Amino acid sequence: MPKIQLKGVTKRFGKKILAVDNVSLEIHDKEYFSLIGPSGCGKTTLLRTIAGLIQPTKGEIYIDDVLVNDVPPEDRGIGFVFQTYALFPHMNVFDNVTYGPRVKAWEEKRAASLGRETLEMVKLEKRFDAYPNELSGGMMQRVAVARALAAGSKILLLDEPLGALDAKIRNELRYEIRRLVEDLELTAIHVTHDQAEAMAISDRIAVMKNGRILQVGTPYELYMNPQQIFVANFIGESNFLEGRVIEVVNETAIVRLRDDLKIKVKKLEASQKNDRVVLAVRPEAFEIAEGRKKMVNALKGVIEKVRFEGTDIRYEIRLVNEDSITIVKPSLGGEWLKEADKVTVGFSPEKSHMFLYPLKGLIAELEVE
Amino acid sequence: MKLPKFKATIFDKLSSHRTISYSIYICAILFFLVLILIPPIFGIGLKWNLVGEITGNAELMSRAINAIWASFAIAIFVSIIDLVAGIPTAWFITRGRSRWLNVIDTLADIPFVVPTVTLGYSLLLFYSTSQGISSLFGNNLVSPGWLLVILLHFVFSFPVVVRVMVGALLDYQHTFEEAARTLGASPFTVDRTVTFPILRPSLIGAFVLAFARSISETGATMMVAGAFENGAIFAKNMKIEGQQGPLVFVSLILILVSCAIFGLIFVFGSKFRVPMRRIWPSFERKLSSKGVAATRDTLTLLVFFLLVIIPSLFVAFPTINAIIDGTINNAVSSSGIWQEYWASLGLSYFVAALVTLLSILAGLPMAILIARKRMGRSVSAVLDILVNIPIIVPSTALGASLSIFWTNFAFVPEIMLLVLAHLSITYSYFVRSMAAAIERTDIELENAARIHGAKPFTVFRTIILPLTKYSLLAGAIMVLTRSVSETGATIAVVSQLKTAPVLLVDWVSEYQSSTLTIITQSDIGLGCGILIILSFIVLLFLKLGVGRKAVY
Repeated sequence: MPKIQLKGVTKRFGKKILAVDNVSLEIHDKEYFSLIGPSGCGKTTLLRTIAGLIQPTKGEIYIDDVLVNDVPPEDRGIGFVFQTYALFPHMNVFDNVTYGPRVKAWEEKRAASLGRETLEMVKLEKRFDAYPNELSGGMMQRVAVARALAAGSKILLLDEPLGALDAKIRNELRYEIRRLVEDLELTAIHVTHDQAEAMAISDRIAVMKNGRILQVGTPYELYMNPQQIFVANFIGESNFLEGRVIEVVNETAIVRLRDDLKIKVKKLEASQKNDRVVLAVRPEAFEIAEGRKKMVNALKGVIEKVRFEGTDIRYEIRLVNEDSITIVKPSLGGEWLKEADKVTVGFSPEKSHMFLYPLKGLIAELEVE
Repeated sequence: MKLPKFKATIFDKLSSHRTISYSIYICAILFFLVLILIPPIFGIGLKWNLVGEITGNAELMSRAINAIWASFAIAIFVSIIDLVAGIPTAWFITRGRSRWLNVIDTLADIPFVVPTVTLGYSLLLFYSTSQGISSLFGNNLVSPGWLLVILLHFVFSFPVVVRVMVGALLDYQHTFEEAARTLGASPFTVDRTVTFPILRPSLIGAFVLAFARSISETGATMMVAGAFENGAIFAKNMKIEGQQGPLVFVSLILILVSCAIFGLIFVFGSKFRVPMRRIWPSFERKLSSKGVAATRDTLTLLVFFLLVIIPSLFVAFPTINAIIDGTINNAVSSSGIWQEYWASLGLSYFVAALVTLLSILAGLPMAILIARKRMGRSVSAVLDILVNIPIIVPSTALGASLSIFWTNFAFVPEIMLLVLAHLSITYSYFVRSMAAAIERTDIELENAARIHGAKPFTVFRTIILPLTKYSLLAGAIMVLTRSVSETGATIAVVSQLKTAPVLLVDWVSEYQSSTLTIITQSDIGLGCGILIILSFIVLLFLKLGVGRKAVY
């Protein structure tokens, strides 16, 4: 059964560039696993290292408990969907799809029927004789997936496979790929910088930054329990409030924000009195009401901007202590507030995440480039 | 922050008038048709009636047919072996990781910039005299004749193939190879079924250029041919004997058959398929093994050094001799035969500089016309095809035709004939190089500049020219070196003036045929050596200023 293990994998390009930094990871059999992170974080390098297209500088890669560091890509039994699709321009759709079976010398009849089946799976059987330059972006993407599947491998590696498509097709195709992977019982690693895409289809996600893995977990775990400030910001969205712990009681802590505003939040295990901390609260975790209202962790402020985003309405609010926060509410969920409205906002302590203030500063910690 | 300097010139303002820009394009087309294309094609046609001189002479006719046949047979054979040897070399240069590959890359250009006459003499010394490799195998390992001609043509066409294929491999998207590898193909299968089919246009291009170079070459071939005659040598011999009929006949056939071959390649080239459907995985996997790859690389390097580099540079040894025996003093003091040498060298570079300047001035508007389809798609397509004709016409035939054409205009001085002949040969290389560079420049950059208020000429000098300067420099240097080494057409059009390659051909002929000559081997060696040194300076300039970004 295809299981992938990485042990201390490091990849350097020259002396200056450390693309992947001591990554250890286990991807389970039949799991849909996503690697996400900002551009240049090393996720594609890591994927290509697994495929054998790049040799690691250090570390070990195991596929089905077999060390494959010295196994060439053609013998690793993987399917790979490239960001640019890499469809062979001199071959038609059918020849592209059956390329894998042919180079592996499968019986001709079997290769042809597999090619037809895979094309049916991606609903392109009628375009079997078309050349890549005659296809739309979505069709090329399907052919690329079909080609990777027809090679018969049980591991599918996808490098930003939906990156070049428009939003509507991207949404459709991500579920289609997920369904195919599930139906064929494949193990898939999907690289993307689109967290919504990863959240929608993955069993587990690894968030990467600067060549390192910051956190691995299910989409729910990453969203509900981010372990690092960067993850809290990269998975979903967060408001960050700076403050200092003034009291710790059981599972909660009292934090003093700027202007002596005090709030009660879920305690970070390692936190102590006087620690400088950052609180992350999701925009959708806030309550908001016009005027003065009683609520947990009530903070007063003024709406500076109201943006209609279709399904949501987004309020940008300046709190009395001059901190800025964003609150998102369903657009069909009640009456909308207006710019310049005075409001009270609040959130329950369980919906906050506390982090120690980063040594290099909050802005540097959140940087994505 | 300082703003870059910009000053609108009168040309910027004038260029926004459609009539002015169209006038420039029409002038460029007229220049091309009247001075570059029509003379070499119609000159021969004017003397078609002289062909009767050869049709009545069976012996001469048979000699002419054999010579023409030899020209094409050698060109096709040499182009094939150039591909066989050149592709692995280009592969080795682009795919290897050693820092020495840059050296090999530079060395591969040597036969390209060394004048072919010098190459011819170098090969003659190496293979056919007691000083070269013959000393190991007897005095005459390869006598002057058809085999030495093949070796020579292989050497000077080789860098063309390497350069084209290095460029193609550097531009090639490796993702295709990676995709094929992840699908289970071994490296050999990947190359055969994916890489080469995708690089087919470059393969055809390399073949065409090698073929054109072989079929056109005259000067060096004369040095190594001995009694052997190909079309170019036959034409030259007929010119010496004053027989215009056979000269016209051979030139016409060479032009027509060359055009027909290139026409066929143009039409059927796109239908040519590298065999790829059948795959033998286990056999091809064996061919992909490290051992086979190492053997291939070793053989490639052996061929490269033993058949290309050492024979090409062998001429440097008599140059050293010239320093020891004092010949260099004669050369420096310009005494005896050396006075004529320096004059011919000066003439060579004067003509080359003038031709380069004219090629740039007349070639740039033509390159824009072709690349940007300024006068419509069909006009550009026709010009694109016509521009190739001077490249494929054998230079001797081209020279003969030009000579016939321009002698109808008695007022044309010989120096101008020389410039026009060189311009006919080199202009197309420059236009091709620049058109390709402009085509690669995204048209949206031009549109962006125009939308932000730039006039057409402003766009040209501030956007297009800076982005294509490497190709312009490479094209200019190519025109310069090609003109300096040109021999066949030069011999055909002039009777009084002598350029350096023509003089060296005369020296070698005299040295080989007369025992009473004052010309020594050291003279010839030094004469060639000076040309090589000058060529090296040009090559150095090319490498430092242009590097791998150049498009040849």
